[in-house]
Amino acid sequence: MDLSSIDLVTLVAALMVASTPILLAAIGELVVEKSGVLNLGVEGMMITGAITGFMGAVATGSPVFGFLFAALSGAGMAFLFGFLTQYLLSNQVATGLALTLFGLGLSSMLGQGYQGVRPPSTPRLDIPVLSDIPVLGQMFFSHDLMVYLSLVLIVLVWALLKFTRAGLILRAVGESHDAAHALGFKVVRIRMLAIMFGGACAGLGGAYLSLVRVPQWADGMTAGAGWIALAIVVFASWKPVWILVGAYLFGGMTVLQLKLQVANIPVPVEYLSMAPFVITILVMVVVSALRGPGFVGAPAALTKVFHASN
Amino acid sequence: MIRLEKRPQPSKLWIALTPVLAVIATMIAGGILFAMLGKPPVEAIRTIFWDPLFSEQFAAYSRPQLLIKAGPLILIAIGLSLGFRAGIWNIGAEGQYIMGAIFGAAVGLAFYPMEAFYIFPLMVIAGAFGGWLWAMIPALLRTKFNTNEILVSLLLVYVAEFLLQSMALGALRNPDNSGFPGSRNLSQYASASNPELFTGTGIHWGVLTAFIAVIGAYILLSRHILGFQIRLTGQSERAARFASVNPKRLVIFCLGISGLLAGLAGMFEVSGPSGQISIDFNAGYGFTAIIVAFLGRLNPVGILLAGILMALTYVGGELAQIMLGLPAAAIQIFQGMLLFFLLALDVLSNFRIRFRKGGIA
Repeated sequence: MDLSSIDLVTLVAALMVASTPILLAAIGELVVEKSGVLNLGVEGMMITGAITGFMGAVATGSPVFGFLFAALSGAGMAFLFGFLTQYLLSNQVATGLALTLFGLGLSSMLGQGYQGVRPPSTPRLDIPVLSDIPVLGQMFFSHDLMVYLSLVLIVLVWALLKFTRAGLILRAVGESHDAAHALGFKVVRIRMLAIMFGGACAGLGGAYLSLVRVPQWADGMTAGAGWIALAIVVFASWKPVWILVGAYLFGGMTVLQLKLQVANIPVPVEYLSMAPFVITILVMVVVSALRGPGFVGAPAALTKVFHASN
Repeated sequence: MIRLEKRPQPSKLWIALTPVLAVIATMIAGGILFAMLGKPPVEAIRTIFWDPLFSEQFAAYSRPQLLIKAGPLILIAIGLSLGFRAGIWNIGAEGQYIMGAIFGAAVGLAFYPMEAFYIFPLMVIAGAFGGWLWAMIPALLRTKFNTNEILVSLLLVYVAEFLLQSMALGALRNPDNSGFPGSRNLSQYASASNPELFTGTGIHWGVLTAFIAVIGAYILLSRHILGFQIRLTGQSERAARFASVNPKRLVIFCLGISGLLAGLAGMFEVSGPSGQISIDFNAGYGFTAIIVAFLGRLNPVGILLAGILMALTYVGGELAQIMLGLPAAAIQIFQGMLLFFLLALDVLSNFRIRFRKGGIA
């Protein structure tokens, strides 16, 4: 057992990288759920983004195009979900599951021949001045563009929901689609936009896994990250800032258990690998127990089907 | 201008017709997919849906495989359908299936090499218990703390997969196999094996149990008060509350029974067709069973047919892999598409489509 290899600076830096895929997917799903739609297909959209982003980056030699590809394909998958749930009024839980099953198959087929290929590396972007601060600079200000983008996204979504008219409309649609419809808002159109934003974010998160975090393509490489993102939205009580807390908490656990695996502590690897999932469940239980039965945090219209009768 | 008009009651005709249409649509879309992969589309579809049953060359091998694959799918889907009807979403059947296999195999291996008639029945009980126990986690968390059962049941699949790895590498590893992962082969241990009961049919105890589950679910839904409560809750939660349905009891019952059946499926698989606990023992039956449940319209008889059809895509898919070099993932896409088409076409059962010129939207 050798715990001396775990130092705080690299741990925090690694934590931010490990959290970013989940953070991206979760903030996207938060916007979707705020509009009153539950898309359980996050895992499927993430894995599709992971392979299309990988393919795009390898083909063009530019990770930026890879991420763009991933966002587009994620949004495309989300469009499929939106079309079924919003226009054909299908059950959201079942359709989301179908999206995940479909995405896992699709990515596995697209990914044939990409095993063992190395993607172009995503450059690190040291923030001037700040990255020169000893210790803190290396921890927080010496990452790639996507890490910063994910943090900016959190702030943007928070501001959008709290201060803007668009955010108010989005929340209105999610709380009561009938009232929003009566006021003249295009419920279906607003939801479609939210769903596709969520898909694009999930796609970006997936691509971050295959292009930066791992960086390689492997079948089913998201390994539950999409489901964790969904759990984090619940944990965060649909509040953007808490998404950040949840994602970094989970990222921290993932990094720590990996470090512990390397440090040869006397716990079998399988139990360390399962720890992030167990802890996610425990956290969800604690949060829901603390809230008590009377707590209503979810948008009131979540998973309800909207059909304008006139 | 196309408008959807809600039907006062879902159309019986369309409920029966949509799965058939969905299968046809999937065949067409699948054919296009296969053509894009450079495979002959008609031949590929024939290889998947026709050859396993009727080709002289393959049917002898494929037909028994059909029931071997359909057994667990039907068994799991029957359990899931009860919860789905009441709006209780157990999507972690894969994990419960794994736990059933681990519990069942552990009991069998504990008796090794003793031979006795009671070992197999004990394994059946242990398998059912393992699956039930794993499903009780989301059920109790839901009823005690109001934790989301969808996410908990799904996250537990990953926990179960790691547990399976640990068992295959550690506690249940075959000690006589010089450190290779995987347990002893139960199919070579007479008292713990689940053999083919009628030669050439593929029927083993698990398949028989699946048939019994179909009948049991049918009786439960049409004759028993619990079945009535399940159907009522699904149709109107408010009405169910007035009819003094206890929602917590229903969550425990639905998750419990689906976990139990998934556990049984895992146990019959590990002692029969699969034979041993290995790292990659689970083959996704728990997830495919979700498609089966929907394709069967959450109806026991429908699930029986849907399970056989879905098993056909597995067996035919394997055949198409060997004969045409079709990638394994193509079959997964195929199954995903089937569920998509089904959900999309379902709009026809609940709504009428009205065409109208102009007018106000």
